[in-house]
Amino acid sequence: MSKLNRRELLKGAGVLLAAGTLPVSMVEMAFADNSKNFTFAYISDSHIQQIKGNIFVRNWDRGLIRSVAETNLMDPKPDFVFYGGDIAQLGKKSEIDHGLEILSGLRQKVHYVMGEHDYYLDLGEHWKKRLGPDYYSFDHKGVHFVVLNSILTYDDWTYNRWADGVERMNVMAGLDDHRGSPFMVGEKQRAWLKKDLAGVDLNTPVIVFSHSPLQKIYRGWNFWTEDAEQIQALLKPFKKVNVFYGHVHQIQYNQIGNISFHSAMATAWPWPYPESNAKDASHLPKLTVQMNRADPFFERDATGWQYIDIHSGNAAMTFSLTDNSTRTVAFNPETNRPEDTRYQNNRIPPQDHY
Amino acid sequence: MRIKPIQTGALGIILAGLMIFSPAQADEFTKADLELWQSEFQEVVKKGRQVFTDPGLGTNGVVCAQCHPNGANTHPETYPKFQKQLGKVATLGEMINFCIRNPLEGKDLALDDQRMIALQAYIAEERRGVKLAPGKH
Ligand code: HEC
Ligand SMILES: [Fe+2]
Ligand SMILES: [Fe+2]
Repeated sequence: MSKLNRRELLKGAGVLLAAGTLPVSMVEMAFADNSKNFTFAYISDSHIQQIKGNIFVRNWDRGLIRSVAETNLMDPKPDFVFYGGDIAQLGKKSEIDHGLEILSGLRQKVHYVMGEHDYYLDLGEHWKKRLGPDYYSFDHKGVHFVVLNSILTYDDWTYNRWADGVERMNVMAGLDDHRGSPFMVGEKQRAWLKKDLAGVDLNTPVIVFSHSPLQKIYRGWNFWTEDAEQIQALLKPFKKVNVFYGHVHQIQYNQIGNISFHSAMATAWPWPYPESNAKDASHLPKLTVQMNRADPFFERDATGWQYIDIHSGNAAMTFSLTDNSTRTVAFNPETNRPEDTRYQNNRIPPQDHY
Repeated sequence: MRIKPIQTGALGIILAGLMIFSPAQADEFTKADLELWQSEFQEVVKKGRQVFTDPGLGTNGVVCAQCHPNGANTHPETYPKFQKQLGKVATLGEMINFCIRNPLEGKDLALDDQRMIALQAYIAEERRGVKLAPGKH
């Protein structure tokens, strides 16, 4: 199957379509040999936030509930679902449990990535108790999948600075809190990754999932992984690598050598691009055409969904933006990089809004 | 408009007050004054950052900084400007109230509420140096 569109994927989903855009991503792996094709869905950043007792922030709940409903209506059915991290807002058991309760409505197996909002209260203890290891790999129909925990940081910051986990979590939860600390994968996982990849044929498509971008975009908001170059170096020998990440709550894409980078949108809320922080410089990939921003706004305008075709390891990714036109970012073999099929050289005002 | 004649008694008191508290000429101020006014402003900026990150501002614990890190995407330099959802040319304060009502599920602040002023001071400080562009989207 080459190209799916949203309508085909959601046959019978009339009611939900009428309600608007779908905060979930669909990934399709397409091979020359059609029988090998498969799809998976990708949901990220729901930031379930407890107000009190069994009352949670309605908007964030709704985003996740809708993504689960949409995923279950997809046709063809995805083989599995990836969850990109930040289930919770403040890492509480109640938030993780409430999020997982909603996600338990999914009919497929879900693979989870650790987000900083899931981690810094109890250093991932509850998350791991519910979901298992935070880094691992597996193979699925000819593709090697790797999951990394990329939101660790310097031990001194984690262990020596804070009165308790609550304080630590609050600081890390504030994207612009200058007391925060840069994310990293760390030596232990890098050593593991090296060993894991040693057994993989260099022609095998490799897909890596992390929460933070495995590239350096903007340190101030942790759109950043401190040891990104070292991870990229481990991935370099492979013919084709795709890295998918959450955390940034916006459309980003990039090409570094053999590696294509794609971000997922959040089900909770959108973030401005880092260059809109007047006081600092960022390195948003020049390639990225920014997401359409409704102005005047819909407060959750960049919660949408995307699906990806992969041909010989190259991705074509379609984003549906709430109240905005659909975007498709596809690998262009001529320029050897992902490009927006419609807007790459022809931006519209909502993409230059900042 | 008719100006009310000032009672001489009251005027006398005002003049006396000026004599006592402000002996310098009215158009003179010192470096110390400038520093004082700047620090008064920065105090309010600091308070604004607190309000911007205060889970108690709305009713659901959501804070402004969650969606506007470093005040990004608040564009104070573009106000007043036309806002479709308000159907008119609006002030920054009215848009702040829009976000308080919606994502924060809270109640409007009065436009002269100290928290409203502090929020605006913080937002403006984060955008210092950006060219004034009234009406721009
Ligand atoms: C759920 C996320 C969210 C929260 C929380 C939120 N906002 Fe917003 N706000 C937005 C979005 C999205 C926009 C539209 C930005 C755009 O036009 O691109 C916006 C717009 C604005 C604007 C107008 C920007 C412009 O370009 O005209 C101001 C001012 C503003 N917000 C202030 C605040 C303040 C102050 C708070 C806290 C009381 C707050 N916001 C809370 C999402 C949020
Ligand atoms: Fe997030
Ligand atoms: Fe995150």
